[in-house]
Amino acid sequence: MISLQKISKFFNKGKTNEVTALNNISLQINEGEFVVVIGANGSGKTTLLNIIAGVEMPSLGKIEINGNDVTPLPEYKRSRWVARVFQNPNNGTAPDLTILDNFRLAALRTQRKNMTIGINAAFKKKVQEKISELGMGLENKINQPMGNLSGGQRQALTLLMSVMDDTNILLLDEPTAALDPKSALVVLKLADKLNKDLGMTTILITHNIKDAHQYGNRLIQLNEGKILRDINAEMKSRLSLPDIFEWFG
Amino acid sequence: MSQFYLTALQLSICLGPMALGIFITMKIFNIPDITTDGSYTLGAVVTAVLLSNHWPVLAVLPLCMIAGSVAGICTALIHTKLRIDALLAGILVMTGLYSVNLIILGRSNVPLINIHSIFNTLSIFNNDIYNQLFVALLIIIVLIFLLRYLLLTDFGIGMRATGNNPIMTKSMGINNDFIKIIGLAIANALTALSGFLVAQYQSFADINMGIGIVITGLGSVLIADALRIWMNVSNIGLQILFVLAGSLIFQLVLAFSLAMGIDPNFLKLVTALFVLFIVALPRVSSQLKRAS
Ligand SMILES: Nc1ncnc2c1ncn2[C@@H]1O[C@H](COP(=O)(O)OP(=O)(O)O)[C@@H](O)[C@H]1O
Ligand SMILES: [Mg+2]
Repeated sequence: MISLQKISKFFNKGKTNEVTALNNISLQINEGEFVVVIGANGSGKTTLLNIIAGVEMPSLGKIEINGNDVTPLPEYKRSRWVARVFQNPNNGTAPDLTILDNFRLAALRTQRKNMTIGINAAFKKKVQEKISELGMGLENKINQPMGNLSGGQRQALTLLMSVMDDTNILLLDEPTAALDPKSALVVLKLADKLNKDLGMTTILITHNIKDAHQYGNRLIQLNEGKILRDINAEMKSRLSLPDIFEWFG
Repeated sequence: MSQFYLTALQLSICLGPMALGIFITMKIFNIPDITTDGSYTLGAVVTAVLLSNHWPVLAVLPLCMIAGSVAGICTALIHTKLRIDALLAGILVMTGLYSVNLIILGRSNVPLINIHSIFNTLSIFNNDIYNQLFVALLIIIVLIFLLRYLLLTDFGIGMRATGNNPIMTKSMGINNDFIKIIGLAIANALTALSGFLVAQYQSFADINMGIGIVITGLGSVLIADALRIWMNVSNIGLQILFVLAGSLIFQLVLAFSLAMGIDPNFLKLVTALFVLFIVALPRVSSQLKRAS
């Protein structure tokens, strides 16, 4: 469970260009929820995810993950609970390392990286099995550099990598913004599957109203750093696409 | 005549660890670390002083490497904790090390004659030159295996990923600062190892012996990079071998220049021009391709 308590984030505090990116937000996200976050540009969506991931520290307020106060923890320590997929497909994987090496790191997301060789036949087989679920034929390319793949392939693999270890929170910041429609569909379907099959607590930022309507069991609209709407599963299932469009009218 | 090239081979092996150090900082971590000039001399002066005081050479070896790693850690701390540009951090430590080295050495030059050096620990061949070469080869082979092993471990994957995509490694639970500190420590320990070897090979340590040595390492790594791209190689072990091949090619060019009768005073100029040549070659050739 993720609990944000009275979180505010100011940028350039005290200067003429001061911005209140998040304004006293309190929010509880339960285990296994799939939360879709929408809102205009600059409404604070990315900042919200960055605060949860530890990329940004809140100016005020407290964050708990699974009952642990993680407010002061840097990003690399929060990776014990949190996995991320970035808007830029290049950010989630190391291009010069092989697919296999990338998956090895992901498998150790919550653990120490020891000075022992961890890639063995069993590990390779496990990775190949995981990757073959994608149906992209990438399971035969695990020794190729990640950089050889397309943005959509890399984004799908980044998603798969998030479930190699036992993190159970998945943050996706516009993961399909840089992808063609076909790859975008693959990535969203996969995120949906990981949420349903493995119970990954998922937060998805999207600009695509159709996706916001179709995916997730909770819908949050941000506006100027505040939560404007928070729609639960039952209400969300009754929302129609035009209803959501109207919010942006 | 062939003596010239044998010397070049021996020297290239002695400088090999330093080139591998530059490979780690420049290619693995993507950090331009030029602590090298200082930590190389540091390795040599620690060696000279301890050997002159009759310390056993096998105890001197690890002490040298520890001294080098401390220098690397200083640069890394300045770079990561104070957020100072890596180049500047390296220059600061290198400059400071000049005084440190002078204090350790006591004077600007210490000859190493009649001491028990690493190169006369084994006498397998009748010819001393071959014995020296054998010892150097033994050390470098052990090093190749150790470094290859390290880079293939889980920690090594973390090292390689940190230089390649630091945004990703943070989300993989890696403390980028910590892993860079370890990396610079290893790189400068290797550089000091080269100082240790060269001081014993040339039988003296000199306060100025490190000036410009970073360029030699850089040149070796650039040659290795050209080979890697040319042969389309991603295998770690081969990349390590390429760096050592780069070191050899570099020393052969210098030996060849000397054999051609070039004044030794021009050697640094030849070095700089050669590195310029290696760097410029791919750019010039791609410009020519575009022009035609
Ligand atoms: N690092 C930063 N420095 C200054 N202002 C920032 C920074 N990051 C975000 N902001 C500002 O905070 C507000 C919220 O930004 P963001 O969270 O990126 O919005 P969204 O993702 O919803 O488009 C914007 O006004 C943005 O300009
Ligand atoms: Mg954003």
